Amino acid sequence: MNALRRHWLLSLISGVAVGATAWAGIAPIQSPSRETLFEIPKGTWARRMSGSKIEILPEEIRLTIGLSDILVLRNLDDVPQIFGPTLMMPGQSLRLPFEVASSYTFACTAHLSGQMTIVVDPWPASPWARIRWRVRQLLT
Amino acid sequence: MYPAVTLLLSLILTAAVSAADDATIKAGVFSPPRLAPDFSLNGSNGSELKLSTYRGKVVVLAFGFTSCPDVCPITLATLAQARKKLGADANELQVVYITVDPERDDVERMRAYLVAFDPTFVGGTGTAKQLDAVRKEYGIIATRKVVGTSPLYGHSSFTYLIDAQGKLRALMPYGHSADDYVHDLRILMAKKS
Repeated sequence: MNALRRHWLLSLISGVAVGATAWAGIAPIQSPSRETLFEIPKGTWARRMSGSKIEILPEEIRLTIGLSDILVLRNLDDVPQIFGPTLMMPGQSLRLPFEVASSYTFACTAHLSGQMTIVVDPWPASPWARIRWRVRQLLT
Repeated sequence: MYPAVTLLLSLILTAAVSAADDATIKAGVFSPPRLAPDFSLNGSNGSELKLSTYRGKVVVLAFGFTSCPDVCPITLATLAQARKKLGADANELQVVYITVDPERDDVERMRAYLVAFDPTFVGGTGTAKQLDAVRKEYGIIATRKVVGTSPLYGHSSFTYLIDAQGKLRALMPYGHSADDYVHDLRILMAKKS
């Protein structure tokens, strides 16, 4: 009886897993906004001056064509700051669209490596690519 | 009454068209755009190089060095190609290339280097202190490394697009095609008046 119940349970779990994977591979992908926003909050410079280590931009940013292919950087602080590749004035934003899937490297003093990489993935056209994209969204 | 309404409507329309244009620009767009900092350097054309001299033209501002093995030659060749594709509108474009290597890039060397790409391109050089100050104003990074016996620079590889009013409008990442430049430059040129 126990073996039968275990078998039934395993079948159910396997069925759900197969169903979820099939859905992840087949269901169309939509994104509410194509913009990925990073902001320097107000007071960041003052906190950095007082010794706090504040990381705003990751060393690697991942975008996807057609889904999240516009990087938006915004400086909400009161002083000009190097943000990503460039100098940004207080209240200024930079809207950087990407049309080609590739890896883009920018010099950036905010990171130890001295650079920031933006990896732009192609539109996930195949079922396998859609599954990978959904898994990455769950993990990040 | 009517002139006021007409003026208001035209302002709204201009703002809407401007926002629509910014959305279609392929480069990274600054909002709001700031006035591009002016500078005074030694120009490869033998004159003082001031950005403000080119007010009324769209300026592509690039930073690099004449011994650059990869990024600079590709960027300058792309810009030369874009300038050709602009046809008669090329007169409204000025490419300005500022060195990050004051040790080797003197006026004569920059002139000889840039002429090979396009005779209208203008280079800027100066003392290390002058060039540092310009880079700081524009947030440009240049890191000197010695490879073998010759110094090389890791430097910001994008270019800035500056409109005819002298506003720093956009940042074009390295690797964009001449067609992308032509597309964006035409949008900026259309906003001249």
